Amino acid sequence: MITLTINGESKQLDVTEDTPLLWALRDVLGMTGTKFGCGIAQCGACTVQVDGQAVRSCMLPVGAIGEGSKITTIEGIGATDAGARIQKAWLDLEVVQCGYCQSGQIMSASALLAATPQPDDKDIDAAMAGNICRCGTYVRIREAIKKAAGVA
Amino acid sequence: MNAAFSRRTLLKAGAAGTLLLGFHLPMARAAIGTFEPNAFIRIAGDGTVTLVMPQVEMGQGTYTSISQILAEELDADWSLVTVAHAPPSDKLYGNPFFGIQVTGNSNSIRAFWDPLRKAGATARALLVQAAAQQWKVDAASCRAAKGEVFHDASGRKLGYGALAAAAGTQTPPENPPLKAVKDFTLVGQPLKRLDTAGKVNGTVKYGIDALPPGVKFASVTLSPVQGGKVVKVDDSKAKAMPGVRQVVVLDDVVAVVGDHTWVAKQGLAALEIEWDDGPNAKISSADVWNDLRAASQNKGAVAKEEGDADKALGDGERLDAAYEMPFLAHATMEPMNCVVHVTADGCEVWIGTQVMSRVQAEVAKALNLPAEKVIVHQHLLGGGFGRRLEPDMAVISARIAQQVATPLKVTWSREEDIRHDVYRPVYRDVISASLKDGKINGWTYRVTGSAVLARWFPPAYQKDIDIDGVDSAADIPYGIPNLRVEFVRKEPGVVTTGFWRGVGPNNNVFAIESFIDELAHKAGKDPVDFRVAHLDKTPRLKAAVQLAAQKSGWGEKLPARTARGISAQVAFGSFISTVVEAEVDSSGEVQLRRIVSAVDTGIPVNPDTIIAQLQGGLIFGLTAALFGEITIKNGRVEQSNFHDYRMLRINEVPPIEVHLIPSEEHPGGTGETGATAGPPALGNALYAATGIRLRRLPIDRDILAGKKPA
Repeated sequence: MITLTINGESKQLDVTEDTPLLWALRDVLGMTGTKFGCGIAQCGACTVQVDGQAVRSCMLPVGAIGEGSKITTIEGIGATDAGARIQKAWLDLEVVQCGYCQSGQIMSASALLAATPQPDDKDIDAAMAGNICRCGTYVRIREAIKKAAGVA
Repeated sequence: MNAAFSRRTLLKAGAAGTLLLGFHLPMARAAIGTFEPNAFIRIAGDGTVTLVMPQVEMGQGTYTSISQILAEELDADWSLVTVAHAPPSDKLYGNPFFGIQVTGNSNSIRAFWDPLRKAGATARALLVQAAAQQWKVDAASCRAAKGEVFHDASGRKLGYGALAAAAGTQTPPENPPLKAVKDFTLVGQPLKRLDTAGKVNGTVKYGIDALPPGVKFASVTLSPVQGGKVVKVDDSKAKAMPGVRQVVVLDDVVAVVGDHTWVAKQGLAALEIEWDDGPNAKISSADVWNDLRAASQNKGAVAKEEGDADKALGDGERLDAAYEMPFLAHATMEPMNCVVHVTADGCEVWIGTQVMSRVQAEVAKALNLPAEKVIVHQHLLGGGFGRRLEPDMAVISARIAQQVATPLKVTWSREEDIRHDVYRPVYRDVISASLKDGKINGWTYRVTGSAVLARWFPPAYQKDIDIDGVDSAADIPYGIPNLRVEFVRKEPGVVTTGFWRGVGPNNNVFAIESFIDELAHKAGKDPVDFRVAHLDKTPRLKAAVQLAAQKSGWGEKLPARTARGISAQVAFGSFISTVVEAEVDSSGEVQLRRIVSAVDTGIPVNPDTIIAQLQGGLIFGLTAALFGEITIKNGRVEQSNFHDYRMLRINEVPPIEVHLIPSEEHPGGTGETGATAGPPALGNALYAATGIRLRRLPIDRDILAGKKPA
């Protein structure tokens, strides 16, 4: 049995240690906000935060996450200051189209904003280049991060 | 209301008109007093308005735009509007352009504009009649606004909810008056999207998120070569794995069922499967291209003929070229998936699809059930782009689920998704033209490739002409006195081909706009001036070209190996011109610097959605132009995931400006237009920057670097 702290709640998981967090979240805990996109950390759709760092949950075995680590998913990011500002900016600027990648985009952007309150274009490129959006919402993602940061 | 409808996913209104995603709400039979004047509108006694969406939401914003049209003519209170997915029904929700329930071809607004307006206006008229009857006044003396009917002379008013029951007893007028464009209050406004609030907090459900009670999870692999069959499977290792529940072996598909998708995937990897690759086992991309090039030598079915093109080609300065387009995968961010529960007497399907009724029919056929025994629960789509115009994922999942006792979620790995797509066809476009006094005198255009329509919608394939295959070519916007457009059908066989964002125009606009650029340079004319000189018959496009040129700073000096290129198109009923500014370094690497589009799409139902569609569509098309190619080796697709089927990323995307041209014309489509607009503008920019003309996509950096000939 593996114990994880997700969005402030302790969760017990009956899966093997090599199970990626993505599938534990989606299929075992029913937390489907975190998305499967590629399975090889190429697209960022599965991004969650572990202790505030954006990580790709599709390649993160649950056994590698310390019991003391705090996992935040899209379902919980709105409770953080950075997450709430990013979500609001996303809606204010109508970033979202199909929306499938946006959980991951928001998790990456929130981690950026928390660590770098005034990101410039290079910071945004570095933090967001791992998140693919097939609808092509990148122009608005960039604007929304700046808006959330108050630099636009 | 049928069972499927009653279990649909609902979008539920939250506070202050902010629409939040609901759960699978059990929706009882319409309560007594609910006004249901047609298949699109339900007004409850409490005044809430539920609009049933005949088209599916895959990011293009159609749920909001459709609602704006309905609510406009209905004079609904926008804050009380909620939307719901439609159930499968060609009869109620068939697309007027096809007669079946399909979302595609950028035609949701084009096709439904008139019927939706009429539906809204009819409902409004009935509500007004009901109020007038109650007040014993002439209906003409009443007016409706924001969900209420007013009788100004007496100062009385009644809300739609209070009128709902009585409205249902009124006789609908034959031709209810439609609003004048100047009276629109919702159409034309950049209203907030109705589908996005739940997309930023993880609460909305796509097909892949469905979790019916007791669901098990399957990982699937299809024959690596299309047409191949399973010979034998050694499942001993997989079955010994904890969490693996079942191995399902069908003719051409193998799946492992487990307690979660990861364990199923591990189980699948542990199988030893022997395949008979079948007749396509030795076919590679070179064979496909050889066959296509040979077929393109044949005369095709004539889709358009004006004047005497052959004679005109001999009269003036002649130019010949051939353009080639690769296979492309769709790579929707939500990989293919479907949840199916096959029971003793029926089947339930959870999916996000562009073809609701076809999924129902094809699953029914596969399971040998009557269609009404297949309940389809529609979801939001994590990207469509034409991939979800196919029911294959539902049929395969149903065949697997038929062997399994529980509900089963079948998820394609990204590798399976890319290797078993329904690909954008390879095309070869052979063009010849002659210039006389600086103008195009003769023009012949022959497109050779798949007839996707012949497979997908056979009734539309007539006289050997795929009308989609020649779309934007047969109706070329330029004034050319002598022209002929031909279509040659050539199916690649080794893979199935299908619709891909931009469909026929995607191929044709690239070839035509690249060749127009070649002709401009041959004529010694500026590419903008040359286009403008040929656009007298298409003034809306001429205006777009002029605006794009102006806004992009056309003609202003740029650094070395940096240039602008332009494209112009009439596609999906919209008139669009685009300027791409790009830089080419000495290694042939291309950097996008700026994109400007000018768009006349008629009445802009939601201007912000149109801008978003252009922004996204341009990136979609340019992604393909820069990187996209699916290749075949020994019958197998060689690409597998985003490392070898690349996507543009945020650090590679430049600023994109979209300028809307005011219009009161019938609305055009926009979902696919950006995808067709970008590639030729890029190719023309690369020519202007380097003097090298690329006639194949994706762009070849070695050619741009001068390492190999064009």
